[in-house]
Amino acid sequence: MTDIAALPEPHPATPRPTRSYLGAGSDLRSWLLTTDHKRIAILYALTLTLFFFIGGAAATLIRIELITPAGDLVSADSYNKLFTLHGVIMVWFFLVPAIPTTFGNFILPMAVGASDVAFPRLNLLSWYLTVAGGLLALVSLLVGGVDTGWTFYTPYSTLYSNSYVTLAAAGVFVAGFGTIATGVNMIVTVHVLRARGMRWMRLPLFVWSIYATSIIMVLATPALAVALLMIVVDRLFGLSLFDPDQGGDPIIFQHVFWFYSHPAVYIMILPGMGVVTEIITCFARRRVFGYEAMVFAILGIAIFSFFVWGHHMFVSGQSAWASLVFSILSFVVAVPSAIKVFNWSATLYGGHITFEASMLYALGFLGLFTLGGLTGLFLASIPIDVHVHDTYFVVAHFHYIMVGAMVTAFFGGLHFWWPKVTGRHYSEPWARLAAILMFVGFNFTFFPQFILGYLGMPRRYHSYPPEFQIWHVLSSAGAVILALAYLVPLVYLTLSLRYGRRAGDNPWHASGLEWATTSPPPRDNFVIPPTVDTDPYAYHAAHEEPSERDESGGDHQSSRKDEMP
Amino acid sequence: MTEARHDPFHDIARQRHAAELGLWVFLASELVFFGGLFVTYGLYRYAYPSAFEAAGAETAIWLGTINTAILLTSSATMAAAVWAGEAGHKRHVLIGLALTALLGLTFMGVKGVEYYKDISESLYPGAADFPVDMPGAQVFVGLYWAMTGVHAVHLSIGLVAVAITLWRVRAERFDWQNTALLHVLGLYWHLIDLIWIVLYPLLYLMGRSL
Repeated sequence: MTDIAALPEPHPATPRPTRSYLGAGSDLRSWLLTTDHKRIAILYALTLTLFFFIGGAAATLIRIELITPAGDLVSADSYNKLFTLHGVIMVWFFLVPAIPTTFGNFILPMAVGASDVAFPRLNLLSWYLTVAGGLLALVSLLVGGVDTGWTFYTPYSTLYSNSYVTLAAAGVFVAGFGTIATGVNMIVTVHVLRARGMRWMRLPLFVWSIYATSIIMVLATPALAVALLMIVVDRLFGLSLFDPDQGGDPIIFQHVFWFYSHPAVYIMILPGMGVVTEIITCFARRRVFGYEAMVFAILGIAIFSFFVWGHHMFVSGQSAWASLVFSILSFVVAVPSAIKVFNWSATLYGGHITFEASMLYALGFLGLFTLGGLTGLFLASIPIDVHVHDTYFVVAHFHYIMVGAMVTAFFGGLHFWWPKVTGRHYSEPWARLAAILMFVGFNFTFFPQFILGYLGMPRRYHSYPPEFQIWHVLSSAGAVILALAYLVPLVYLTLSLRYGRRAGDNPWHASGLEWATTSPPPRDNFVIPPTVDTDPYAYHAAHEEPSERDESGGDHQSSRKDEMP
Repeated sequence: MTEARHDPFHDIARQRHAAELGLWVFLASELVFFGGLFVTYGLYRYAYPSAFEAAGAETAIWLGTINTAILLTSSATMAAAVWAGEAGHKRHVLIGLALTALLGLTFMGVKGVEYYKDISESLYPGAADFPVDMPGAQVFVGLYWAMTGVHAVHLSIGLVAVAITLWRVRAERFDWQNTALLHVLGLYWHLIDLIWIVLYPLLYLMGRSL
């Protein structure tokens, strides 16, 4: 705890001087009207868990349908509605808000040394907007469903679909305002509410990643809003903005939509990267390798993410020159991502690695993100994309990023910060088992889909030629393991609330201000406002770094002097 | 009057800074929102220049010009209210806000008359006797309705915010001198004005140069 000088370290056994945030009342009112960022984070977590399992149920039905080549379980129309439900719920009501609204809300204010976010009431409003949007989307999916796919492509969504597109689009639109409000809140919190001495280059990388994510949220989400608005006014008032009969061009919708939806990929993955950085550095007991490079990689990803949207449209009829430029830019955005992967690996190098459950998740993230990222480069090159566009290769690629990387990072963060949030330990053996199951089940489910796609199986079909069956059966079998792996944490985490042993304030001996306060934290996070006087990740002194040891051969003092200007 | 400073801020200056920064970030977000419409407009304008000129010549230029003048004036009265707030002149804050609300309402009234005129002249997509028979003309009119409609929604939100602020300053319900609320309200109002300054040439001056 060398980086927090002014903070008292209350002994876990001594009685707490202040009540925890959970002690502020347990009736519904104290939760639904709360402005405490920690309680709002928990409201979000419960809501998102519900949406995750609804979206997961749709995925389960999809995988059951695909066991046989014939479309026998559901009709083609119901199948369209199932994968739309899965996509809409998972993208907008789980993946996009997942980490920023839960760990971002809970941990970020503590990690910068603040007592709350900058606009606590706006924070609560964000949650209500997300819930309202989610309910609208759910209602539209229950009363009859939407069959356009989560991308709402025109003119299908405007001229031809008889399903509840308007209602679903309105739901996503409303939830989008919740996302923007969260983004504004996080940006202002990081700018204005940092503790004394918490300079920008001392911010934990998790904070940097949420900050960069918030910038994307604020600058990309309105493009989605306007794209959906144009669909809705088209359907309601017949404004025919994309009607080819009137000279409208459906491709323009795709441009506006992907101007949001490609950066949205980074809204989903950047927070995961931040979480994984915190976990790897903690359980390798090593300072993050290349902190500055990590910061610039995060910001680089955020900026470049706005200039690659055209790689979704290589076969949509955009000009060949545009495709060429978007292809090159998509390769460029891979550079900062690769820097991060190398830095994580270098952080692990020479570390005293222990394999706690959250570390297992983080290591799983590392492998799955690399696979997902590399196949993304395949897809960024035009000849391969023309071959595998709209096949299961694409499905497998983005599931490696969205599920393999992002959901894994979410579970990693959940296990890492669970003792801080609840004050309790979960069952470590069960947690490790779930982490391994999730990794195995995930690969089992989605690796066959790379092969399927390469062989030519298009996405979004409920029946298929019999020669593809073996891969679909493999994938569905893997999905059973994956589904089980997602249900196990639900059980042991719930049990830990009652039977888990007390965690103490800093069970992982992690650095970072959030670990310097009690578990669970008091309402205002800190008894005394903290001050910071060292750089982050002070797991040990600089001259104990393995790289220093290697160069100096034991006599590190002299080599250090040589490097000094 | 309640205390101006509130949690999680320790001093009022930081709280002011936070409110202003938050609104600037929100305005950036708003620009992207309208930006989507502007880009759509630009691409179609590039594809159908003559249809856009022909359809643009059908809009009610007088009503649009009057409304531009009204909205620009309302920004001046809003700026006066913010300035009076910083100087601590309560009466002038109230006058400024009241004039702003009045001008905003007038704008909406004129816009309503214009919409009525548009509909009676079949200037909407899918109208049976749509005046311009060129591909792309209906897209222009579709964008005209979408853009002015979204702008009107923003203006309505602004009007409600001005009305609430007016009432709260009058009743001394908040510390209008030390908090950033007047300033933040002014920023939002100016954005609505700024968007209109771009919409005016795009929708009303298009095709009038002949």
